[in-house]
Amino acid sequence: MKKTNNKNLIKQAIIIVVLLVGLLLMNLFMDSYQIRIINLSLIYIVLGLSMNLINGFTGLFSLGHAGFMAIGAYTTALLTIPPDLKVVNFYMKPIVPFLADLNMPFVLALIMGGLMAALFGFLIGAPVLKLTDDYLAIATLGFSEIIRVVIINLQSVTNGALGLKGIPQIRNVFIAEIFNVKPQINLLWAGVSAIITVYLMIRLMDGSYGKALKAIREDEIAARSMGINLFKHKVMSFTLGSFLAGIGGGLLAVSLGTIDPTLFKFALTFNILLIVVLGGMGSIKGTVFAAIVVTIAMEGLRFLDQSMDLGFLVTPPLPGLRMVVFSLILMMVIIFKKDNIFLTTYTKVRGRYAKN
Amino acid sequence: MLKINNITMKFGGVVAVSELQAHIDKGEIVGLIGPNGAGKTTVFNVVTGVYAPTSGTIQVSPDDKLVDITGMRPDKIAKLGVCRTFQNIRLFKDLPVEDNVFIGNHLRLKEGMLSSIIRTPSYVKSEKEMVEKSHYLLEKVGLYELRKEKAFSLPYGQQRRLEIARAIATDPKLLLLDEPAAGMNPQETKDLMGFIREIKDEFDLTIFLIEHHMEVVMGICDRIYVLDHGVLIAEGNPYDIQNNEKVIEAYLGVE
Repeated sequence: MKKTNNKNLIKQAIIIVVLLVGLLLMNLFMDSYQIRIINLSLIYIVLGLSMNLINGFTGLFSLGHAGFMAIGAYTTALLTIPPDLKVVNFYMKPIVPFLADLNMPFVLALIMGGLMAALFGFLIGAPVLKLTDDYLAIATLGFSEIIRVVIINLQSVTNGALGLKGIPQIRNVFIAEIFNVKPQINLLWAGVSAIITVYLMIRLMDGSYGKALKAIREDEIAARSMGINLFKHKVMSFTLGSFLAGIGGGLLAVSLGTIDPTLFKFALTFNILLIVVLGGMGSIKGTVFAAIVVTIAMEGLRFLDQSMDLGFLVTPPLPGLRMVVFSLILMMVIIFKKDNIFLTTYTKVRGRYAKN
Repeated sequence: MLKINNITMKFGGVVAVSELQAHIDKGEIVGLIGPNGAGKTTVFNVVTGVYAPTSGTIQVSPDDKLVDITGMRPDKIAKLGVCRTFQNIRLFKDLPVEDNVFIGNHLRLKEGMLSSIIRTPSYVKSEKEMVEKSHYLLEKVGLYELRKEKAFSLPYGQQRRLEIARAIATDPKLLLLDEPAAGMNPQETKDLMGFIREIKDEFDLTIFLIEHHMEVVMGICDRIYVLDHGVLIAEGNPYDIQNNEKVIEAYLGVE
C-alpha cells in the first residue's frame, strides 16, 4: 500500500515536471501569437474546471461565471497597476484614495482576486442556492449582470465603461535573458495555476467531500437523508468554484493587459459552458482536453469571420460567424451525444483498437 | 427509541395521517402495515424530516435522552441516528457501488473540505476507516465483488441490499425500511428476513419497517401498527393483528 503510494507520488511529480519543462520550452521557442493561445487555453482550463465543479460535479445550474471572473479580474488589475498609471487611467474621475497607492506583487494580487470572488460567491450563494434548476440559472445570470452594471457605474473604483489599461503583463524576462531570446508572456503562471487547479479538483473529487457533492447531484433527497447538509455543501462548492473563477479572471486580466465591462458579458460564461459541456459534465480530463481544443479552434476558425473566396463567389466579412459555428456544434453535441463527446469518442476509439 | 405523539399530516384538504400515536422501544422490530394509500410512507417522511407534521411531535432517544425532532432538517435527523431506505430505491445511480456506501459515512466526518484537499494525516486516517467500513458493509450484504460497478447496473434485489448498507453506514440507531421486500421472489424474501435480523443484532439497531409481504411482517416483527386511511386501526403482536377484525376488514373489505 505504502509503496504504491510512493510510486504514484513519483509518477505525479514526473508528470508535473515534464509539463512545466514543456511550458518553458514553448515559452522560449514559440512566437507571441502561439504563446498567447496556449496561455489562454491554460486559463480556460482553470475556468472550465471551476465551472465544472459547480455545474458538473455538484449539479447546480449556475450561469454567473462571468461575474465572478470580473471580480477577480478587477481586483487583480487594481492591485497590480502601478500608482502613476492609475492616475492616467482614471482621468474622468479620480480613483478613491484608498486604492490609489495600493499595490502588491502579482501572486498576492491574484490570490486576492480569487478571495474577493469567493467572498462574493459566498454572499450571493447563500440566498441563491436555496433555488434549484432553472431558477438558480436565472438568479445567477442576473447576479452576474448586476456585477457588470455595478462595475460600469462605480466610476471611482473601476473606472466604469472606460475599463482599466496598462495591467502589467508578466514576462519571462529572466529566462529569456539566459537563452538570449525576446521576452514573452510567461506561461508558467497560468500553467502552474492550471496544474494546481487540476490537482485540487482530482483530490477534492476523490475525497469524501467530492463524493458528497456528486451524491447531491445524483439525488438530493437521498443525499440529505444520508445526513449530508445540502445547503452547506452547495455553498462550499459554489464558493470554491467562485474562487477559481476569480483566479481565472485575474489571469485573464493580466494576460490581456486591458479589461473593460463588455468583456464580462454572458458570452464569456457561454464560452466556458461550451467547454464544460463538450468535455463532459463532471469530467476533469474532458474539461482539460476541451479547454485546449476549444481555445485553439476559436483562433483557428477565425477565418470564418473574414471575407472568404469560395471560387465562385466572394463572401463579405461576417464577424461572429465563428460563434454561430460554435453554437451549432454545442447544439449538435447536446442532441446527439448528450455530453462528454471527447471522452466517449476516446473510449470508443480505444475500445476498437484494444479489442484485437 | 421513537415516540410519535399525535401526528397529523395534511396536504391541503387531504389528511394523510391523522392523530397517530406510536412508540418504538430500543431493540424492537416494529412493522407498519396498511392498504395502499394508508399513509405509511408519509409517516416515514414525517419521522425523517422530509415533511414537517401539521400538528403533533416526534421524539427520538438515540442515547437515553429524549430529543424533539419535529420539523428538523433531514440531515440533522440522520446525524442523530435515524436513517431510512426508500420505497422506490434512491441510490446514487451513476456512482460506483462502493461510493454509495462511502457517502453514507460522510456525515460522521469531522475534518473540513480543505483538509480533504490537503490530505491532512487525520483526514487520511478517517478516510481509511471509512473505506474499510464501507468494504466491510459491502461484504456483509454480499456486494463486495461488485463494488466497482455502477449502482444502476445492479439487479433489483441487490440494489435494495445496497441501500440498506448505505443506510447502516450512517451509524443509525433507528433504521426505517420502506418496503424492503418489494419486488423480491420468495427465496429472496426469506434471505432478507434473515438478513434484517442479522444486521439488527450486529449493529444494535432498532428497526421500523413498512412491508406488504405478510410473511415478512408476521415473521420478524415484534409489534405491528396498522394504518388505514391515515388512521391507526390496530396495534399489537403479529398473532393479534392477524385475528383483528378491523384489519381484515381494511384489507379485504366487508360483505
